[in-house]
Amino acid sequence: MDALPSPPLPKAEGSPIARAPKRLRGRDGGWRLAVLAGLALALVGAFLLNLALGSVRIPLSDVAAVLAGGEASKASWAYIILEFRLPKALTAVLAGAALAVSGLQMQTLFRNPLADPYILGVSAGAGLGVALVVLSTGAAAGFLSSVGVMGDLSLIAAAIIGAGGVTALVIGLARWLQQATTLLILGLMLSYATSAVVSILIYFSAPEQIQAYIAWTFGSFGGVTWRQLLILAPLIGLGLLLAGLLTKPLNALLLGETYARSMGVNVERLRLGMIASTSLLAGVITAFCGPIAFLGVAVPHLCRVLLHTSDHRVLIPATLLVGGLIALLADLVAGLPGSGAILPLNAVTALLGAPVVIWILVRLRQTRSAL
Amino acid sequence: MERLLETQELMIGYRVRGRQRRVVAEGINLRLRAGELACLLGPNGAGKSTLLRTLAGMQRPLQGQVRLLGADLHDLEPRALARRLSLVLTERVEVGALLARTVVALGRYPHTDWTGRLTPADEIAVDAALTAVGAMPLASRLFSELSDGERQRVMIARALAQEPKLLLLDEPTAFLDLPRRVEIMNLLRRLAREGGRAILLSTHDLDLALRSADQLWLLPLGGPLQTGIPEALVLDGVFQATFPSEEVAFDPHSGHFKLHGPSRGLVDLAGEGLPTLWTRRALEREGFIVNRHAGPRSAVRVEVHPQGGQTVWRVRHAETCRDYPTLSQALSSVKAGFAPAAG
Repeated sequence: MDALPSPPLPKAEGSPIARAPKRLRGRDGGWRLAVLAGLALALVGAFLLNLALGSVRIPLSDVAAVLAGGEASKASWAYIILEFRLPKALTAVLAGAALAVSGLQMQTLFRNPLADPYILGVSAGAGLGVALVVLSTGAAAGFLSSVGVMGDLSLIAAAIIGAGGVTALVIGLARWLQQATTLLILGLMLSYATSAVVSILIYFSAPEQIQAYIAWTFGSFGGVTWRQLLILAPLIGLGLLLAGLLTKPLNALLLGETYARSMGVNVERLRLGMIASTSLLAGVITAFCGPIAFLGVAVPHLCRVLLHTSDHRVLIPATLLVGGLIALLADLVAGLPGSGAILPLNAVTALLGAPVVIWILVRLRQTRSAL
Repeated sequence: MERLLETQELMIGYRVRGRQRRVVAEGINLRLRAGELACLLGPNGAGKSTLLRTLAGMQRPLQGQVRLLGADLHDLEPRALARRLSLVLTERVEVGALLARTVVALGRYPHTDWTGRLTPADEIAVDAALTAVGAMPLASRLFSELSDGERQRVMIARALAQEPKLLLLDEPTAFLDLPRRVEIMNLLRRLAREGGRAILLSTHDLDLALRSADQLWLLPLGGPLQTGIPEALVLDGVFQATFPSEEVAFDPHSGHFKLHGPSRGLVDLAGEGLPTLWTRRALEREGFIVNRHAGPRSAVRVEVHPQGGQTVWRVRHAETCRDYPTLSQALSSVKAGFAPAAG
């Protein structure tokens, strides 16, 4: 931590009263703002790359032309970009941001560096909701493709309820669990239990439903249509807004629940806000993209290391950007540019995320302050 | 002076399954004024924590009221309460990567808007809190890299940044070495005197509490709570009665706790000044009863003589008389004189 990049010189401040503290704040804020701006640029770059690369390679100039509303060199390119790659890239950004912010919130609330929607069983809860709707209504051709607007809505509602139910259960039970590891085991058990129910449902389902389910568990940002994106985007926006509103109490919670309460934090309301925000973020993304592992747990840690802080006022925008960026990169790798094949997204996120988790565990032993 | 904190016939404890109550202590009448430092003392299990939790608004009393600046503390909104009362807990906090200054700034929570943004006035309050505890040099260091004593200062600064009228501290000296404990107690005394606030702390440091507190609140096992200035409580024997023990007893003459246990015998001690005082402590620690009166009452006598710039200990047994250059040797000689073999 000593080897901070040397900060740019402070700017002169106007008010003599605020000088000393502002200089400090300006200095910290200065290089952090630069890092955030760099991340935003990287996100835009990765976004354009996702539109250009894939089974067919499209020059960036054509991508820009299509985005500007013009024509591409080949007519099919415009179709590929607008109907396939653009919604996919947008979904990836939203999904990455949603899962990462949700992971950050859970890590702080549970004071557990390994908490995230996937590990604590929230994604599994959403999956159970999805499975119940799809398999009970007999939507045969798959989880998403054959259901109409009403189907989309009931699917999303079921996923949100499933995610919210598990989140509420974990939050409720976490108060009785003293140790960080017990919480993780609780998440594991909830995942097993919900997967078991899904397995039973699957057992009574048709082969094509099973195949669709397996494909869904691999995770994918593709297959989300513009019509679905119109539902997905506002819901994720709402979830992120809720998360943003919780920034201040989450910071207070870094000192522990007793201190937070003594400073006037309404911990019950914070928990309710968390349940609402997590079920929206994790529920909606899981419904559309499948249970995506490792993004939620790894991204907050990358941001803490990158920005040298646990302050949520910095971490929430940072996780948003890095989450979107990593999701885009993972999707890029999964698409195996130049080849026709597509890797399961979860395989890619695991390859990227597992080393981060191992590194967290090593660091935990050393410092005991991984949050 | 203004009465900051007041309770009348307070009954504290827990509600067990609905109607059933487990009373920890009752009939608690407390009064704390601005500028006062009160220390809450008592043996483990007497209910110090329950009392502190009740006074901090973390749990409701079974009966009676806690009045903070005239208002019922348990009816205050969390934010309003946080502007009047702040806490320093005994638990060690792990905050991850936050600068000490940011931790102190968290204390502005009840004063800032929903974004938690610090106004210039908030920054001034944070600076003032850091300065008051002498933690300004720590401000730009990571909290997780501070020593226990430095952390405690920063946590007190955080509590001060809340600008409370009443500061509650749960065993603030628990994990500190002796010099650090004295420093923190001095700091708290000064903060109480200067800031027009009241400070209440629980502690097991009886010695320090006796020397620093304006008021002692003594909570013996089975109650009732007794309050007063430290010296008066010692003179009345209340202090001694609060800490009954088979093995140690409070000696009102020295102001210390002493191991009692069976006495090893009577020793006469003659001499003046500091060396004599510490010779007495050494003898008492070894379990001897020391006679400072002129007339010889024991077969063993220790005389402390200044010789030139040095001290010589002369130990007389029944027949023998020897001089020792160190207290340690003199003490061994006295012990040998009482050994069964030597008669």
